[in-house]
Amino acid sequence: MSIDTVAAAEVSPEQSQPFAELGLKPDEYQQIRDILGRRPTSSELAMYSVMWSEHCSYKSSKVHLRQFGEKAPKTDALLVGIGENAGVVDIGDGWAVTFKVESHNHPSYVEPYQGAATGIGGIVRDIMSMGARPLAVMDPLRFGPADAPDTGRVLPGIVAGIGGYGNCLGLPNIGGEIVFDPSYIGNPLVNALCVGAMKHEDIHLASAKGVGNLVVLYGARTGGDGIGGVSVLASETFSDGGPTKRPSVQVGDPFMEKLLIEATLEVLQAGLVEGIQDLGGAGISCATSELASNGEGGMHVWLDRVLLRDATLSPEEILMSESQERMCAIVHPDRLVEFMERCAKWEVEAVVIGEVNATGRLTVDWHGERIVDVPPRTVAHDGPVYERPYHRPPWMDALQADTPDHLGRPSTAAELKATLLTMVAAPNLASKSWVTSQYDRYVLGNTVLAQPEDAGMIRVDEVTGLGVSLATDCNGRFAKLDPYAGAQLALAEAYRNVAASGARPLAVTNCLNFGSPEDPEVMWQFAEAARGLADGCLQLGTPVTGGNVSFYNQTGDTAILPTPVVGVLGVISDVAKRTSIAWDSPGDHIYLLGDTNNEFGGSEWAHHVHGHLGGLPPKVDLERERALGEVLVTGSQSRLLVAAHDVSDGGVAQVLVEMALRAGTGATVTVPDALEPFVFMFAESAGRAVVVVDPSDTGQLSALCKQAGVPLTNIGVVTSEAELTFADLFTVSLGDLKREHERTLPELFG
Amino acid sequence: MSVRVGVVTFPGSLDDRDAVRAVRIAGGEAVALWHGDDDLKKVDAVILPGGFSYGDYLRCGAIARFAPVMNSIIEGAKTGMPVLGICNGFQILCESHLLPGALIRNDSLHFMCRDQRLRIENTSSVWTSEFSSGQEIVIPLKNGEGGYVADEHTLDVLEAEGRVVARYLEVNPNGSRHDIAGICNERGNVVGLMPHPEHAVESLTGPTTDGIPFFTSVLKSLVSA
Repeated sequence: MSIDTVAAAEVSPEQSQPFAELGLKPDEYQQIRDILGRRPTSSELAMYSVMWSEHCSYKSSKVHLRQFGEKAPKTDALLVGIGENAGVVDIGDGWAVTFKVESHNHPSYVEPYQGAATGIGGIVRDIMSMGARPLAVMDPLRFGPADAPDTGRVLPGIVAGIGGYGNCLGLPNIGGEIVFDPSYIGNPLVNALCVGAMKHEDIHLASAKGVGNLVVLYGARTGGDGIGGVSVLASETFSDGGPTKRPSVQVGDPFMEKLLIEATLEVLQAGLVEGIQDLGGAGISCATSELASNGEGGMHVWLDRVLLRDATLSPEEILMSESQERMCAIVHPDRLVEFMERCAKWEVEAVVIGEVNATGRLTVDWHGERIVDVPPRTVAHDGPVYERPYHRPPWMDALQADTPDHLGRPSTAAELKATLLTMVAAPNLASKSWVTSQYDRYVLGNTVLAQPEDAGMIRVDEVTGLGVSLATDCNGRFAKLDPYAGAQLALAEAYRNVAASGARPLAVTNCLNFGSPEDPEVMWQFAEAARGLADGCLQLGTPVTGGNVSFYNQTGDTAILPTPVVGVLGVISDVAKRTSIAWDSPGDHIYLLGDTNNEFGGSEWAHHVHGHLGGLPPKVDLERERALGEVLVTGSQSRLLVAAHDVSDGGVAQVLVEMALRAGTGATVTVPDALEPFVFMFAESAGRAVVVVDPSDTGQLSALCKQAGVPLTNIGVVTSEAELTFADLFTVSLGDLKREHERTLPELFG
Repeated sequence: MSVRVGVVTFPGSLDDRDAVRAVRIAGGEAVALWHGDDDLKKVDAVILPGGFSYGDYLRCGAIARFAPVMNSIIEGAKTGMPVLGICNGFQILCESHLLPGALIRNDSLHFMCRDQRLRIENTSSVWTSEFSSGQEIVIPLKNGEGGYVADEHTLDVLEAEGRVVARYLEVNPNGSRHDIAGICNERGNVVGLMPHPEHAVESLTGPTTDGIPFFTSVLKSLVSA
């Protein structure tokens, strides 16, 4: 096998290179030639192609993502901001928390089990590479119609993959979302979130500091899996009739990841590591170029020292391989022996593959021959930046004009009852326990809240009870009707969910899932959503700490619903004061906080009952959200609130059903005089929550709401009966509600 | 002097921290034991925690059974040392032949995590003496291979000798024969349990605190011994 060396490249400028097959555009290839002053070697071409892919370089989104920094609210909480593997926030008592959500959409469509499994593995390594112990994971998922045959293929595999990997890894799965919509039929969304915690002094960064320090690759051996996964899979649209892309999907080994976690935490705790980086997309290419450009600027790598699973791999393949469960550490030579001993204790293989230097170049040798000689920054950070053209789609006017006002509404008591029973069984509103019961939510023993609660809550400090709460949300239908407002509604919902659990919202991560950025209409959706999210975060005082963009989520010319998934992290000083959605004692009073309006654009009712999407999404008022959040957090801290539940998909009726089923006891509810029963039950106006208080505390709740400027309405009382009564309308037994609510997913997926 | 309870960590053990916490909450002293070290550090009892030792490769518990620490544990168990195997630990005890039978893939073919109601059937084992006979408890269950199977004769013997320690109520979550959730050896010092008492020791993080008596039982029996 002949090796393409730097020396050979210098004397063969005319040699044609497969840059197009590697996903590079002609002008990008020319740019590489200009940087190097010669043609790239095949290894260099491999590195640039993966690092300049959309997935790694954010070349289409960068100009829009800058707003998250430029509009960031002033806060002391942010210890590490955007640009690192994951952002880090201060939660007090010397503790820091890092969290991030990433997409693994395309691999999960090709190979559902492994695609979803390695999505968990990747985000967990991101969190570890900040120096944190991973605490929990969550999975926001989107599928095609629940009854579509391909959903029957994809969903069970993805759920099994998340469970198979996450359960074996020993991280509790504390929540997420499962949403069905026809737009995701050929392009499911598999986003994965991980949260981890560390003491402030243990924060680590991905930088190769200290000339003479060693570059150690440890973990699984490098194999041929996932080669070109980044450029081939994540940055192209699926088309019918093309060759199957299965070989580009990586295969995960959660047992190795578990050992990698324990070994990594040991070497970090023992102070043996100067810098650390996970190996994910773009493998060794990414790790070495990022470490080098963030550190002293230079690094030399002996690529033939990499431990291989397949001895026939070429250097280009080794550079591009996305084999899972690998990490890269920068270690002082004096600490190397101890580092190797710690790895050996956990039966993790490790090998020195390089050395930090101050040459300003990343050089790679293969059996003594120079195959890479590049300025690392040009690989890792100076990729192309596109100002993609965008414009508001001409169909937006017609879409927004097609309001749901003409849709037939239930009005009689019998019709309302029938609608309620239909809605609680709708795939998007039905119980998700068929899925969540396949995930371990108990491991590590610090899970305070998990699905079906509003947010997942984890105890960080067992002595003080300090904890964090997390929620991810997005209604893609709202984002389709108005991407700016849709992104803010996603933010508002996640913010509300965290506040409803009793935690104070602190910071934001996001996973922006969109169609092709080369389509100006999709690009407009993206630009609007990014602008909406940045403006919203500024207004709510919650900075974006990092995130992920996933483009090319479309089948043929049809893009998915714009889906800016927003994750909000909140902090709670004592998790014992958390608020559950389950109400408790008969006689307790039920209040609706916020205003209910005739808002059905993009609602679950319009979607499920009429298959309609049009009009405008609910109005978003972030000042009102902040005020509501204040009531929920203060009410939780003072133990005023017995229960609280955010109102979103499905409206107040869905909330009451969920609270009743969680508690196992019912309520009698009165429709407020000013509202039509249908609007009261099913409207999806934002800025609302249902709370429950002891009758003797109603004055205190009123005073708290008045002070915050949040309207409240008494809507009923908790009873000891196993039924839910809407006064003067109908009564439905909890047994009937439970049966309808819980049957949908098992019937579809077994 | 407090009772020393060893908690073994194999590569891939997951619930070892939870077991340590449970021992501490029950009032004992938890001692970390390492799979590769046959020194039991003078512990009075041992817990084999849940997880996926060695990735559950080959067969659940099949590789862990050959870890150096297991030689000492098997020896100790035969002379009466209390041993509790939870979930993966139960599988290891079966693989080690300290307990009869085996645990196979759930009949649903899915991993199952739920709050499970159990009835304590045997209060004479060293791990269940603090329960009252027939007591019903709810503790988490989470497994993919928790279906207890044994030949008919073995099942008959287990039933006749009262060695079924706990039985599933309401739902049999994994297809276990005779709804068996846990069993013990003839002497009652070795108990295997598929559900997870160590996840039910704090009301904040567990569905109940019904798991605590498993740990207080062994502490009391050792103090009074």
